Amino acid sequence: MEEFTIQPPRTNYLNAEYGIKSWLLTKDHKRIGILYMGAISFFFLIGSLYAMAIRLELLTPQGDLTQSSTYNKMFTQHGIIMVFFFLIPSIPATLGNFLVPMMIGAKDLAFPRINLLSWYIYMLGGIITIYALLAGGVDTGWTFYTPYSTTFSNSYVLATGLGIFINGFSSILTGLNFIVTIHTMRAPGMTWYRLPLFIWSHYATSLIMILGTPVIAITVLLLAFERLAKIGIFDPALGGDPVLFQHLFWFYSHPAVYIMVLPGMGVVSELIANFSRKNIFGYKFVAFSSLAIAVFGFLVWGHHLFVASQSVYAGMIFSFLSFAVAIPSAIKVFNWTATLYKASISYDTPMLYALGFIGLFTIGGMTGLFLAALATDVHLSDTYFVIAHFHYIMVGGTLLAYLGGLHYWWPKVSGRMYPEGWGRFSALVVFIGFNLTFSPQFVLGYMGMPRRYHTYPVEEVSWQVLHVLSTAGASILGIGLLIPLIYLAWSLRYGRLAEANPWQLPGLEWQTASPPPTENFIETPIVREEAYEFAPPETKEVVGKFEREKPFPFYG
Amino acid sequence: MLMLLLQSWIPFIPESASTLSDDVDAVYFYISGVTVFFVTLISLVIIFFVIRYRRRNPFEIPRPVEGSTKLETLWSVIPLVISMTIFVWGAKVYFAQYRPPQHAMEVYVVGKQWMWKFQHTTGQREINELHVPVGRKVKLIMTTEDVIHDLFFPAFRNKMDVVPGKYTVQWFEATKPGRYHFFCAEYCGMNHSGMRGYIEVMEPAAFDNWLSGNANAASPAAVGHSLYESLGCASCHGANAEGGRGPTLLGVFGSNRVLNNGTAKADEGYVRESIINPQAKVVTGFGPIMPSFQGQVTEEQLLSLVAYIKSLSTTQPETTTAKPPATGTPQSANPVRSSSPTSPNR
Ligand code: HEM
Ligand SMILES: [Cu+2]
Repeated sequence: MEEFTIQPPRTNYLNAEYGIKSWLLTKDHKRIGILYMGAISFFFLIGSLYAMAIRLELLTPQGDLTQSSTYNKMFTQHGIIMVFFFLIPSIPATLGNFLVPMMIGAKDLAFPRINLLSWYIYMLGGIITIYALLAGGVDTGWTFYTPYSTTFSNSYVLATGLGIFINGFSSILTGLNFIVTIHTMRAPGMTWYRLPLFIWSHYATSLIMILGTPVIAITVLLLAFERLAKIGIFDPALGGDPVLFQHLFWFYSHPAVYIMVLPGMGVVSELIANFSRKNIFGYKFVAFSSLAIAVFGFLVWGHHLFVASQSVYAGMIFSFLSFAVAIPSAIKVFNWTATLYKASISYDTPMLYALGFIGLFTIGGMTGLFLAALATDVHLSDTYFVIAHFHYIMVGGTLLAYLGGLHYWWPKVSGRMYPEGWGRFSALVVFIGFNLTFSPQFVLGYMGMPRRYHTYPVEEVSWQVLHVLSTAGASILGIGLLIPLIYLAWSLRYGRLAEANPWQLPGLEWQTASPPPTENFIETPIVREEAYEFAPPETKEVVGKFEREKPFPFYG
Repeated sequence: MLMLLLQSWIPFIPESASTLSDDVDAVYFYISGVTVFFVTLISLVIIFFVIRYRRRNPFEIPRPVEGSTKLETLWSVIPLVISMTIFVWGAKVYFAQYRPPQHAMEVYVVGKQWMWKFQHTTGQREINELHVPVGRKVKLIMTTEDVIHDLFFPAFRNKMDVVPGKYTVQWFEATKPGRYHFFCAEYCGMNHSGMRGYIEVMEPAAFDNWLSGNANAASPAAVGHSLYESLGCASCHGANAEGGRGPTLLGVFGSNRVLNNGTAKADEGYVRESIINPQAKVVTGFGPIMPSFQGQVTEEQLLSLVAYIKSLSTTQPETTTAKPPATGTPQSANPVRSSSPTSPNR
């Protein structure tokens, strides 16, 4: 494998310019990625504080820590901040921004100014939302169901809605930028089937961002019209239909859950391949399963409405489609596992996160089957089972992938190594804390504990036991997340200097200095190999007794 | 039988007390089995690979392995087939859960921030408590005065949203006497978690006793009849609902109505709409002259009117009692004649 060694005294994107202004007016995708990283970390912190307060309240069945109205605002604001201001932008806007151009051998995204604009839009949406929280907060649940949100709630629904509405445009612009960049700016020789899977998953994510986000924007707008002008769209007292809102909301928000997890799947594909020094098993299946998820994810929104007075037959169709759309996720899990076969697996921190992701995502996905099956969903919907299900996917999945990716690319981003021992230790703490937090909630859900409950019956002793376990787990998880915060900050100054390619990998982003120069590559790279090519293709082995697959069309 | 065994072995399963709750548990155990199997399988394979193929020296490069279309097909088809079995089984039970049965005892339910109001067809009202007999199908006809709520009976593995502006239905047949929780499961504002109560499942004799002990209220049908008079319905539909400028209401409920634009089955929702939004469905031969009563009647009064109009039909469902009626015997065809002055609104 060829080695690039770039001598230290040189300029890179971090020291090319100094001063606040050079950051706030930057058009460098890498710096914008870092701006986003700072912003989402801030929102994640706020969201986590709400989570801790919720968990503390639930330690006892009585409402002894907060009033109901405060509690309702806490879970609403937790959801809104985590979903719209952390999970949706998390991987695409930080790692995606940083790496999409680098992985395809481009100097920047197609529209650098629009990229910067997207960050300002995000910040504007975020500031308006924070204003709404400080002014008095919002208590509708992150789902904003009508007519509660339009007619009954007297909290800051409009301001929060405005924040989310504005924030949506940053998503749309990021998606647009990625799609155009991936289509037009690939380095010579970087054919579609040589793209790293991280790029495929970001391509799929971007499709959802530009097709889905306008729908939530319009939905929020309609909600605002009804709240302000009393035009009857959702409120039956004004001649509207409250369930229509749920259809519109989930038409976006189901695909949006894939905005949250697809980039994580992309990160994990990178980690699995690179830390086992193997090409991904079934590359094309993994790539196309991302597209399949993006497209068919738009057809299953009705599984959120099984008990919402949707017709029995609509329920059956949506249930059927939900099972079908689970298959591409299963395909990914099997291919990641198969990639480990006869590999050379290292136990570095990013790989620990990737392995954790596979396990937790599998549990999250399989528990989706309980909710996609009509009979059990009738019992489980709107209970803690649903909470556990989606936290397994969004925390166990997306957050773990984000942390894994952050460690993996940290040398490239910061030019420093993180302390490996602490990394592994905190990965373990996160994994244990996470499972202790959320696995009791599956049981709680089946026992019948509804979600969004400030108090619960004292007689249900087992409920309290499960809640105590969950709160204990959340404390461990919180510590597990604080540790990386500390050592990553520490490493910025004291960490070992990173080489250009500390992991010895073939990916394009590793073929330039760490941190990279502003233009990423001094010379435009020319791609001659498939992604994850560690050994020459002649040595390729055929699995079992199955026949050899035909080479890819663009191969050679 | 197997269910019973499983339930006594597996902790953390809520009380199972309806004819369908065991079926739901069965589906739950089936999916749990599938989940445990696959999660264990994948975890073990990963752990095995991670140990067996750990990096033994920093320079080793494993031989690349090519993908295999056969394997891909295999691990797409197997999960698809398994998930289709779950789908079919789940859909089958759901169909039973949500298809309202014939000859059920009816109870009217109105959700309101933050309480549940119930009324039996014999007139008894309850708040945050519901008494039902064991071994009898009970059909809840539900709506809400304000926001969306959801009436959730964990012991029956059943829930259904109540949605403003329409009626939704939920039914169950309790199998075990006892006192079980119900909850509001759709977030509805400040005191959402306080919107809960108990369903008291009683032996038939005890239930009949309870009914007669509480028999001081007028039945919804009777209340509906006096509303029929006081709201002026009689001026068009006739003093005895025999018709006039408007169609007769005798025998309407449960029949198929021929409209100016199509046909419609006259169920509870149809009757409600005809009162709130009369222009939506106009019976052939009549003009769109009926005024809307939106805002003039509460949801509970509407339910009473529905009950009254039901009582004008021979196909009306039975009234509240612990014993299921002999099938095929139509109930009294006489419209309820009562001029009880009881206010329908407490
Ligand atoms: C893999 C197969 C999956 C299936 C079959 C599935 C199925 C479902 C179903 C049916 C519900 C509705 C439950 C209810 O409200 O009663 C649900 C809720 C949810 N799922 Fe999944 N899911 C899957 C994967 C995912 C993924 C990948 C994500 C996220 C990236 C996700 C995130 C969510 C969220 C956020 C909710 C709840 C939203 C809310 O009510 O607040 N699910 N899932
Ligand atoms: Cu409620």
